[in-house]
Amino acid sequence: MSAEHTATVTTPSDLETVAATPGAAKPNPILVADHVVRRFGGMTAVDVDHLEVQEGVITALIGPNGAGKTTFFNLLTGFDTPNTGQWSFQGRSLTGKGGAAVAKAGVVRTFQLTKALSRLTVLQNMLLASPTNPGEKLGLSWLPFVWKKHEAEATEKAMEILSRFKLDAKASDYAGSLSGGQRKLLEMARALMTDPTMIMLDEPMAGVNPALVQSLLGHVQALRDEGTTVLFVEHDMHAVRHISDWVVVMAEGRIVAEGPPSTVMKDQAVVDAYLGAHHDTDLGDDSLLDPEVLARLEAEEENR
Amino acid sequence: MEEFLRILTLSVGEILAPTTAAYAMAAIGLNLHFGYTGLLNMGQAGFMLLGAYGFGITLTLGGPIWLALLIAIAAGVVFALILGMPTLQLRGDYLAIVTISAAEIVRWFGRSTLWQEWTGGASGLQGRYYKDPFHALSPLPEGRWALGPLEYINTGSDSWFTRIFAWGLVALVLLFVWLITRSPWGRVLKGIREDEDAVRALGKNVYSYKLQALVIGGAIGALGGVIYAIPLAISPDAMGRTMTFFVWTVLLLGGAATVFGPVLGAVVFFTAYMFMRTGMRAVSENTGVGEFISSTNVEQIGGMLVGITLMCLVIFRPQGILGNKKELAFNVR
Repeated sequence: MSAEHTATVTTPSDLETVAATPGAAKPNPILVADHVVRRFGGMTAVDVDHLEVQEGVITALIGPNGAGKTTFFNLLTGFDTPNTGQWSFQGRSLTGKGGAAVAKAGVVRTFQLTKALSRLTVLQNMLLASPTNPGEKLGLSWLPFVWKKHEAEATEKAMEILSRFKLDAKASDYAGSLSGGQRKLLEMARALMTDPTMIMLDEPMAGVNPALVQSLLGHVQALRDEGTTVLFVEHDMHAVRHISDWVVVMAEGRIVAEGPPSTVMKDQAVVDAYLGAHHDTDLGDDSLLDPEVLARLEAEEENR
Repeated sequence: MEEFLRILTLSVGEILAPTTAAYAMAAIGLNLHFGYTGLLNMGQAGFMLLGAYGFGITLTLGGPIWLALLIAIAAGVVFALILGMPTLQLRGDYLAIVTISAAEIVRWFGRSTLWQEWTGGASGLQGRYYKDPFHALSPLPEGRWALGPLEYINTGSDSWFTRIFAWGLVALVLLFVWLITRSPWGRVLKGIREDEDAVRALGKNVYSYKLQALVIGGAIGALGGVIYAIPLAISPDAMGRTMTFFVWTVLLLGGAATVFGPVLGAVVFFTAYMFMRTGMRAVSENTGVGEFISSTNVEQIGGMLVGITLMCLVIFRPQGILGNKKELAFNVR
């Protein structure tokens, strides 16, 4: 971690001065992406010109289905390779780095389809995430006295995090025996074991029962209050409004709007993205049968 | 009754047989691949054949025995690197295809006359070329020794010394594998087996771990080939696909991802296999069954029954004898 980043403490209020336009510059960006393009055959899934993610706040990435949110996530975290583009984290380039290197740099992600390691116990799941364990080197692994101490410390830390997530009673159960919601919690807890600078959550609330959502939201906010930067993809608008400090809206691979959660949903581009540009056009309107009007609407659609 | 005792003795003899140790060793290597890391290696016999060649050729050329063992291990390591480096970045199925074809390539290469002066071509390397330096190591006195009904010469091909060497090597490797798999390193392998993307997202270099597992398991497979070759000869056709499937049966019978599974699997498998074949032959020769199953078909039927056993294991008891049923339950859809 570089000194300039630790020295400045950012708070959500810093965002008050930021213009609510796509690609807006932030006072203290931790993640900056430029010209990130990903094509699948002829389809452009992601085409992000510029994005800055403010440090120390919760940023939500929303957009309709197929907007390219998860693809963008995969690109930034090294789980997919873009056609063009570069991005940096804390001023250091992460372009072309693999998933493991991105995680080592301090950006840890979770997955939309939870990836609990089923045939490992909950505690083993947690311990696996502990960084720089000397016992994970093959040459030292057969000498238990080399890694016993690290292991004991990691276990203590894991149990502390597990108890925060109310999973401590399940520590010796196989992760495969957990419910869907508990797996989401475990995945988040496991990500915390790595002491991330930034955590990227892909639909953390999907499939979680409403009672658990409340506690998940609490955990995410607690993370921010401890200084971790959070970027999350979510469909649950209530959750987005409730906890995010800044919202980035994607549609058709592009970022169409940015802004504080209270106002961004009223942005015309966002309404268009979610409901279609002509959602208020009456389909029973005879003028739609007029080729001239139709051509004008189509041209509008293309220029959008 | 006398016939039955003979069959029983033959079967019990398989418990300590060098071939059993060889398969146990190969299955320990495959366990590291499949049981712990989830790598589908369908060419363990290729590793074994290379190990046997490395050992046999070095001794034939007059090299010392420690060098022969090192070269056998090195052959397994190099083979694993060649197979693993291009394929371990791809999905798991590709490794299966590549290993099965590479093992066949090794076998066909050995059969060919290309390096005949070293490999002996299709007829292989006869034991007398390389056994003497090995037998010279034996500290045992001349003569024979009996353990209950099992009586073998002290030093020779099918001897006590071969058995002690084979099982001693298995014990050493088993200790090593137990030490590395109970460590955090082994935990990373298990994590990769469950979901490699999740492990990657936690900052582990998955590719490097998979390559390490492939190399170590392959080197252990090569040692299995050495043990296999010591009491017999090195013939490429005896170490082909059938051998690979026997190793898989041994591993799945004993229980993948358990420490003692491969050893127990090998012992149970070969004892039962011997009992079945000798028993079938006796029944066929001495009773009316011979009219339906002639004793010449016993080997073939035995092979078929192994295949059926492998299928039944995978379907009905995938955790094997020692496996944890609870652990496996989450993998069943």
